[in-house]
Amino acid sequence: MAEKILEIKNLQTHFTSDSGVVKAVDGVTITVNKGETVGVVGESGCGKSVTSLSVMRLLKDTPGKIVGGTIEFEGKNLEAISEKEMRLIRGNEIAMIFQEPMTSLNPVYKIGRQIAEAVQLHLKYDKRQAREHAINMLKLVGIPRAEEIVDEFPYQLSGGMRQRVMIAMAMACKPKLLIADEPTTALDVTIQAQILDLMRKLSKEGDTAIMLITHDLGVVAEMCDRVVVMYAGKVVEEADVFTIFENPKHPYTEGLLYSVPKLGQKVDRLDSIPGNVPTPSNMPEGCKFAPRCPKVMDICRQQDPDLLLIDKEHTCRCWLYQNSEVLEV
Amino acid sequence: MLKYFLKRLIGIIPILFFVSIFIFLFVHMIPGDPARLVAGQDASLADVQAVQRELGLDKPLYTQYAEFVKNIVQGDFGLSLKTKRPVFDEIAARFMPTFWLTFWSMIWAVLFGLVVGVFSATKRNKWQDYLGMFGAVSGISLPSFWLGLMLIQLFAVNLGWLPTGGMDSWKSYILPSITLGAGVAAVIARFSRSSLMEVMKEDYIRTGRAKGLKENKVVWGHALKNSMIPVVTMAGLQFGFLLGGSIVIETVFSWPGLGRLLIDSVSFRDYPVIQAEMLLFALEFILINLFVDLLYGVLNPQIRYE
Repeated sequence: MAEKILEIKNLQTHFTSDSGVVKAVDGVTITVNKGETVGVVGESGCGKSVTSLSVMRLLKDTPGKIVGGTIEFEGKNLEAISEKEMRLIRGNEIAMIFQEPMTSLNPVYKIGRQIAEAVQLHLKYDKRQAREHAINMLKLVGIPRAEEIVDEFPYQLSGGMRQRVMIAMAMACKPKLLIADEPTTALDVTIQAQILDLMRKLSKEGDTAIMLITHDLGVVAEMCDRVVVMYAGKVVEEADVFTIFENPKHPYTEGLLYSVPKLGQKVDRLDSIPGNVPTPSNMPEGCKFAPRCPKVMDICRQQDPDLLLIDKEHTCRCWLYQNSEVLEV
Repeated sequence: MLKYFLKRLIGIIPILFFVSIFIFLFVHMIPGDPARLVAGQDASLADVQAVQRELGLDKPLYTQYAEFVKNIVQGDFGLSLKTKRPVFDEIAARFMPTFWLTFWSMIWAVLFGLVVGVFSATKRNKWQDYLGMFGAVSGISLPSFWLGLMLIQLFAVNLGWLPTGGMDSWKSYILPSITLGAGVAAVIARFSRSSLMEVMKEDYIRTGRAKGLKENKVVWGHALKNSMIPVVTMAGLQFGFLLGGSIVIETVFSWPGLGRLLIDSVSFRDYPVIQAEMLLFALEFILINLFVDLLYGVLNPQIRYE
């Protein structure tokens, strides 16, 4: 049995607004093992980013609040520790990279200073050592002229370069877990492949686990060992990456896979899942996917199915598989 | 950078030239005849005309303007019609008191306003924010004559800690600079609060937190510098306004500054003094603007001056 590094159990993160409570994350359970890459997949607004911000306890300044469940990192309950202890984990043991490399770096400070900041804080390096380390990290992420770039400002770099800087910053303290929230979405395709290669290389070298949040199944196929599919704040299916692509069970996962265009296939129109993600104010009764589901049954509209273990390490939340062994109620 | 700076400095000359035309025309459009005021109310028409000839006021406007410019270029601002002393000396004597009063007012107002703004922004909708913004609204709305008189009553009359007016020691600066700076501090507090609140929504703030930085470091280290451009702009404008002297505060605190000189010279139609003062104000604004522009470059490296 692999050693667990992150265990999110039944996480519930709600947003309170004038129009009521939005259950952005509604009972999500995700486990990440040591050195493993887990993909969290779903359309925009399914709660995947909120899950990652909940892990980092970065919901401050948002109306969001964790109202239930536990998040354990190496056996430590992250919801129970003090802010001070949490700061020692952030950027040190759990690092994060974000979707928007263009705006995720502070425009008024030099690249080197921004990388060195976390290094000085967590590894207790002095200024000179931290600068050396920053240069080495920039070299490691494949930035040419690292000695010069370290003294440049973010606006002097392209988006791909900035994302490399973000990765250098995130990996600078050798984290045990890297949370990557759509790290390649804002980049063009050739750069995407380079960034993914880089993340894979660094995670292997440093034995860093990755929780990769994405809506791009191509990225998942490329990177992940295991996949968690989310829909409307809930996990709807989880399996290893081969099973997800070869033998998906949930109609939503099937729909996602059909929407990916295939090479050599001649079609006039790309497949897509009809309808839209339900808005928080307009959540359907029963299964949240029922209104868009091609295999919908009567019961789907009345009662939300449970997440069931339908095969070895393969779970699915769907009434089609209700005869399987019950994992949780 | 140096090249840009020199270019801007040279650019001041044509601006001042155009400003001088406007000033000259506006001053001469003020109704009332200075020659009549100099000669006295019951002087005969011949006497008034004699004074006009003496002051050169009988010549056509363009000739007067040409002489005005010619003299200024030579550093001669003429004599005050009222005191017969050189205008340059009149203004120089009044400028330094106004400058230092403005300077100290700005120093405390910017520092204090900034701290209040930052606290209000980071404690949004908590009591610190309400208190800070209540203070800011008060600072803007309290009339300065009232605030000045209240401060005098309390600290000078009742407690006897500080002088009621005049400009004798550093203690004389305290009450007038508080009175003068209150409005500025309030404006700075409001500007820095709203600007900082915008910046705190930026992605790089989240990056800073994700690094494990303390919230204080995120705010003062990462957010503040990014939020300073509107604040610096506002502070520059306020500085320019205050350098013109404040009539109310100079009156309340018997401060020998430019504001009262301006009022006196306007009521006496003392053309040379008015013109020189207006030119000085224009020059101050131009220089402050230049300084603010250079500060932009310090605050945001993306702003480059070529």
